[in-house]
Amino acid sequence: MEHIRLPKVENVRLLDRVSPRKSRVGTLYLTATHSIFVESEAGGRSETWVLHSLVSSVDKQAANASGCPLLIRCKNFQILHFSIPREQDCHDVYLSMQRLSQPECYEELYCFSYKPSIDEEERRREWAFVDLKSDYRRMGLPNSLWKLSPVNQHYKVSDTYPAELFVPESATPPVLVGSSKFRSRGRFPALSYYSKENHAAICRSSQPLSGFSARCLEDEQMLEAILKSNPRSDFMYVVDTRPKLNAIANRAAGKGYENEDNYSNIKFQFMGIENIHVMRNSQQKMLEVCELRSPSMSDFLEGLESSGWLKHIKAVLDTGVFIAKAVAEGVSVLVHCSDGWDRTAQVCSVACVLLDPYYRTLKGLMVLIEKDWVSFGHKFTQRCNHLVRDSKEVSPIIDQFLECVWQLMEQFPCAFEYNERLLITVHNHIYSCQFGNFIGNNQRERKELRVHERTHSLWSYLWTNRAELINPLYRQNHSQSQGLLRPSTAPYCFKFWRGLYNHFDCGMHPRQSVEDYLRVIREETQQLEEQLDSHKQKIAQLEQEQGWSVACAEAIFDKSPTVWVFGKDLALANTPQDYTGGFLTSSPCTPKAPGSPLILPPQDSNQTVDSNLSNSSDQESGIADLSCRSPLSEDSTRDPDSDEAAYSAA
Amino acid sequence: MEFSDHIKTANVEDVVLRQPLHPPSRGTLCITGHHLLFSEREEGSSQQVLLLLRNIDAIEKRMSGSSGTITIKCKDLRVLQLDIPGMEQCLNISRSIETLSCLDNVSEMYPFFYRPTDLSLQDQWGLSTPEKHYTQMKELHERWRLSSVNKSYSVCPSYPPAVIVPNCIDDETLKKVAKFRQGGRFPVLCYYHRKNGMVIMRSSQPLTGANRKRCKEDELLLQAVIEDSDKGFIIDTRSSQQVHQARMTGGGFESKSFYNCWKRLHRQMERGKALQESLIKLVEACSDESHNVDRWLSKLENSKWLSHVQTALSTAGLLAECVERDGHSALVHGYEGTDCSLLICTLAQLIMDPFCRTLEGFLALLEREWVQAGHPFQQRCAHSAYSHARFQQESPVFLLLLDCVWQLWRQFPLALGFSEALLLRLANEVYASDYGTFLCNNDQERCALGVKDRTHCLFRALLRPAERDYYSNPLYEPTELAIWPSVHPQSLQLWRGFFLRWTQLTHHLEAVQEEIRSMVIEWGRVAQR
Repeated sequence: MEHIRLPKVENVRLLDRVSPRKSRVGTLYLTATHSIFVESEAGGRSETWVLHSLVSSVDKQAANASGCPLLIRCKNFQILHFSIPREQDCHDVYLSMQRLSQPECYEELYCFSYKPSIDEEERRREWAFVDLKSDYRRMGLPNSLWKLSPVNQHYKVSDTYPAELFVPESATPPVLVGSSKFRSRGRFPALSYYSKENHAAICRSSQPLSGFSARCLEDEQMLEAILKSNPRSDFMYVVDTRPKLNAIANRAAGKGYENEDNYSNIKFQFMGIENIHVMRNSQQKMLEVCELRSPSMSDFLEGLESSGWLKHIKAVLDTGVFIAKAVAEGVSVLVHCSDGWDRTAQVCSVACVLLDPYYRTLKGLMVLIEKDWVSFGHKFTQRCNHLVRDSKEVSPIIDQFLECVWQLMEQFPCAFEYNERLLITVHNHIYSCQFGNFIGNNQRERKELRVHERTHSLWSYLWTNRAELINPLYRQNHSQSQGLLRPSTAPYCFKFWRGLYNHFDCGMHPRQSVEDYLRVIREETQQLEEQLDSHKQKIAQLEQEQGWSVACAEAIFDKSPTVWVFGKDLALANTPQDYTGGFLTSSPCTPKAPGSPLILPPQDSNQTVDSNLSNSSDQESGIADLSCRSPLSEDSTRDPDSDEAAYSAA
Repeated sequence: MEFSDHIKTANVEDVVLRQPLHPPSRGTLCITGHHLLFSEREEGSSQQVLLLLRNIDAIEKRMSGSSGTITIKCKDLRVLQLDIPGMEQCLNISRSIETLSCLDNVSEMYPFFYRPTDLSLQDQWGLSTPEKHYTQMKELHERWRLSSVNKSYSVCPSYPPAVIVPNCIDDETLKKVAKFRQGGRFPVLCYYHRKNGMVIMRSSQPLTGANRKRCKEDELLLQAVIEDSDKGFIIDTRSSQQVHQARMTGGGFESKSFYNCWKRLHRQMERGKALQESLIKLVEACSDESHNVDRWLSKLENSKWLSHVQTALSTAGLLAECVERDGHSALVHGYEGTDCSLLICTLAQLIMDPFCRTLEGFLALLEREWVQAGHPFQQRCAHSAYSHARFQQESPVFLLLLDCVWQLWRQFPLALGFSEALLLRLANEVYASDYGTFLCNNDQERCALGVKDRTHCLFRALLRPAERDYYSNPLYEPTELAIWPSVHPQSLQLWRGFFLRWTQLTHHLEAVQEEIRSMVIEWGRVAQR
């Protein structure tokens, strides 16, 4: 609390980014974990909550006539534009928020103070919800080809690897240790995915320390062992996800890539995914495009192109497709990049989603993230900037994975049990630090922090609230849900992910949701069918007992499906846009002030929905005890008066 | 019939057909006066491909040795390839296709020969007439009348014989106004907004010319439109620079000093050649095989197609805002008033009027605003994106409309009574059709050729029970409210269903629509019990 210089400022204006005339006046409160903007407008008690750990930057701009602007950018891509009447207040808020949003040590992170009313027993069960061992069991491991190795039990061989790893049956501890010494950060080849149908496997590692000519017998034996664990195949791929030039440059530093001549029966392949710095800059550029106030179509498309973002997404997906195809054809693959915790994590997990329908289920995706990202040591603390550290270590690597999944969902809308909302919610909580899952850079650090004893797990929380996160179009037996996904990777398949990057600009999204509609229909169909069944049973029982014949028993069913009521509310979620902004050609008749409405503000009563629409951008609403707030996502906890809330209630 | 003169080889055996989403197949190719028919000759399969020759936009032939390959690029963007044995046969076939696919004698076109068993030429042609429309709109009768001044198409060749105009304006006045408007397209009523009694009028540009000519009758007519309300808006689909230039060639605009109750708003909308080139570039971008995202985005941007979509929707939004939110009447025109004006009037009606969003309502809207109002379909849709013929009048305005409607459907998936399939069907029919609906450039031409007596009407065919079922939106929930589209670049998307129709990608997405339909049917079935 010592960081809060000013707990409350009144007469603050929250500006709407898209249509500035929709600004709201209210009071801004600063608490230890959140900043809360409460609109003072009588009637609507709308609130906007900003979790400090989600704040990525606070910027103060030069004061103008209407006040002193404060711009808050969040890691979930929300942007809040406040205007504070007094310069001094603004400065105090600025300093407070800047400090509050930049925790200096782990203890300051939200997950250690987030205490929902859940007892200890329950909390332990939360952490047991996702169990990697059972996923390996699901793959059929251990078996005669792959074994669980205790070699990294105390993180002695590789301090960034998990304690439990699957390795080829024939790989002896000396081979493992020897191989680890020949790999960056000791990250020797270990199993990521195993296909029990054809025995092909995906293994992952870091780059070999080959330099210009160094060899390592144990490493060569290690790869030989991987090949042997796939008895039906006489070669394996080694996929280096980096551009060739980067890999060559690494040789000068004593690192590098495998020489095909030194390893028996490997096929070596570069993939050309750029490094974390390129990705960080690319996303930054794309976000600048998203932030443009009223860009023309050309501005937007040119900006999107020059950011290169979709090109990088395609590179990741292309590599995933390559690996998945190889495995589907029965060939094992060893994947690495430099350290094997960024690009390697991306492409292994993308390949898993393509290969195995299980990872397209809700539980499966949780397991996958836990396996390829959390346990294999993706450096969440650094990449997500949980603590103030080196900004050069920040990079949206996991964002790209989630986006690849989204791009696949767009191509195969019936193949995934979860929906876009799940991906966005997971994204939100990777950065929010509300749950312990993504704290620390590896398993060893999380053990030291006693994360499992002191924090809550996101996964069981999502599972409890899964009703909203399920794709109503998913059917397990649908042709799209079966086996290997074969996506098209033509450039036109890659779309800008509005749902994530412009998530909070609600005016940009479709005003009606097919998905919500189908969800209601689906639930209702199920309910009705259950009712029908139970009534049939009863009738049968009665008939048996008393010889009755009930002819018109079906009349009891409600013939006016409730789903009809909500269509009307749906269309309410809609107001005209500023059709004049930015597109006007100058003419003697038209005022030229940018953004000034040519058409007078609405006078008719129809437009009361206006305020509802802008409310729905609020992250959360309804006053509740701070400590037990557990926002699932901005979608699920909207203003109860708002239109959207009506759909889920229907 | 002289078609046979163009057919030297009518049948070829052992032809290989390659088409998207199908494996190559071998069979017999037949060519008739209007069709290309391919029948597969594999054991146990009887696949047939029947292609209207009118659908063919361009063909390329490549000879190698004794055989040849003909690549057929269709107006529905499909690309087919035929491997034909025998050089002479191949040349004959390709010559026949070239000639027969662009015959420009309308009365020889297929609609005059198409005789399906379940439709009769005695049936009413079209869904409605201006007369019927007026009769049904009781609210109009107090202030508006139906004028038959154009009965013999003498006042305005591109207008229907009957139009709706203010009560107090007599036919003599209309004749004078017609002389002051390009092509005689004097301001007529196109939409009456029941909620507040405001109207949308459309016309062509006034012929003020360089010396600022004025026309008292024109001023009177427009004054009569707004009557005693304080002002109206003129939405001019040209920039203010363009309208000043237009004066040099005899056109012009309504000057503030003579029309002081009317406020002009300018929105520059591309049309004609620019739009046609945009389509060509976009289609070219979609068929680029290189796996380069940057190049794709750059070509997509460069085509400007989505910019045209954005401008059309936002201009329509502006028009609807004038009428619905602001409570003012509006007049829409550009140059001739046969393209962009129709486009934004149609979109504005979809935004505001719930009836236009039903399947029947939408088709009736198209009939009123495009067929009857004189969009020159024959000129605009003679060729599509592949043709090498350098165009005079081609312009995909109607396709742009369908794209904009698709964007509306994406943003309000429950508010429209029809499905994407209908939009796709219309996009095909407008370029090549069994029906007479999109033949000719206006009502006058249709009458002269007896289109209404000798062809069948597409709109009526689309309302037969099976078609109606197929083309309605299973999720439709009528709403009385206006549906305001978002025009942010992030909100507008490439219409994959059309532009990428023949790819695997779209194939998957079509499966989803089927899935949705069956879910709704299942739910309906259970709920009915």
